[in-house]
Amino acid sequence: MNPFLQLLRSSLGKKYLMALSGFVLAGFVLGHMAGNAQIFLPPEYINAYGHKLQSLPGVVLWGIRLFLLLCVVVHICVAVLLTIENRLARPDRYEKEATVEATISSRAMPYTGLILLFFIIFHLLHYTVRSIYDYSNLPYNLHGETVHDIYTMMYLGFSHWWVSIFYIAVMGLLCLHLTHGVSSMFQTMGWRNEKWRAILDKAAAAYGWVVFLGFVSIPVAVLLTEHAGIALLDKEHVEATLALAKSLTLNQ
Amino acid sequence: MKLNLKIWRQKNSAVTGRLVDYQLDDVSPDSSFLEMLDLLNEQLVSEGEEPVAFDHDCREGICGTCSLNINGIPHGPQKATTTCQLHMRHFEDGETIVIEPFRAKPFPVISDLIIDRSAFEGITQAGGFITARTGSAPDGNSIAVRKNIAEKAMDAASCIGCGACVAACKNASAMLYVGAKVSHLNLLPQGAAEKDRRVLSMVWQMDRAGFGNCTNYGECSAVCPKEIPLDVIAKMNRDYAVATVKNIFTQAM
Repeated sequence: MNPFLQLLRSSLGKKYLMALSGFVLAGFVLGHMAGNAQIFLPPEYINAYGHKLQSLPGVVLWGIRLFLLLCVVVHICVAVLLTIENRLARPDRYEKEATVEATISSRAMPYTGLILLFFIIFHLLHYTVRSIYDYSNLPYNLHGETVHDIYTMMYLGFSHWWVSIFYIAVMGLLCLHLTHGVSSMFQTMGWRNEKWRAILDKAAAAYGWVVFLGFVSIPVAVLLTEHAGIALLDKEHVEATLALAKSLTLNQ
Repeated sequence: MKLNLKIWRQKNSAVTGRLVDYQLDDVSPDSSFLEMLDLLNEQLVSEGEEPVAFDHDCREGICGTCSLNINGIPHGPQKATTTCQLHMRHFEDGETIVIEPFRAKPFPVISDLIIDRSAFEGITQAGGFITARTGSAPDGNSIAVRKNIAEKAMDAASCIGCGACVAACKNASAMLYVGAKVSHLNLLPQGAAEKDRRVLSMVWQMDRAGFGNCTNYGECSAVCPKEIPLDVIAKMNRDYAVATVKNIFTQAM
């Protein structure tokens, strides 16, 4: 048989696909978190960053988007396939089954993964397609050029408490998913031994926590600024943008 | 000790089985788990009933014949212990013990608690050997093997092929078993010559037999009576990747 086909059909080939697509997605999540954390700097930073990403050449921007989409699709399809095979491997369940070692994060992978899928769809509709709330008219003057005010958009998005709670809860699940996923990745690719196991497990948990705390800090900061009067973010800027948007609409 | 037993009874592979309740009144805490079952069978025979069928051979914890899922754990609650080496003092007086066969599609039940583990033989036949005739045992140290490599290979070689890893895995995966066999031979100079072919054939046979896929739960290693480390699975994964890449390049040339 063609060795490439044999690889794709084998259990280990499918596991490599899970690990490699997971590697890309886990890396993306960390980068995304670091990018978002610029909200704690003056509005100019995140707006300039967002503008730079948005104005990448179409081929590059869509190339990255489609590559990420491909990774998501591969990760989900292979996960479904592997899960079906796993269920078929034990058609008769035990009457009494105990768990000795498996962690909650490992056992919850299909469920956290499924919820994350729904979250990704919601998140894209929320901030990329912007069809849940209308954020089309948020102008920002970046060195004389009018660009989209991402700072205000994020602030407005998370000022709805139900949105923030939802994001925070899902980021908790993402933390669980990463804790098992990142450590599994090394095992699946064969990049670890008994000496490194404990260190890599801790590193994976730390990775999950860093991503969780990084992401969650944003809705928490918005809620504190908006509802508790603890000014972690620039509310005046948000109000100024909204006033500007209103005056522009009136002038038209 | 008094014990309430719930034991899986199944006449043969063609019929469905069920848990049946039994009571034993006078079990010594010093008896082994299999001796306790012997006692039950004596009682059943004297009552004119069919005794419970279960696998056993050496009763020394080295042959890998005994099995049993005891209260949901393969080989029972005692760590690094086979069922035959498990003693009744690890149970409470009056306890209810559920005894089931190891369950996986490639391990069909033959009768009661006896399962057919020949799927493992198939995997070993696919590559768990060294092709060249090596004659009688060579002189010690005639082939130099580094201490840490020898230790790792010996750890992997301690697998007795009982199937507890498959039984414990939520996915009925055989990767700890295959990883142990692959690591044992691939690590040593005698086996290294065939390492690529070995890992490719054994994994292929493992998949064909219908075992599940590893999701890194770690249940297998936790219940393994020989404490085979998860390291062997990582080694198998690594060797398989290298062998496949080599295979793709050699076929392309």
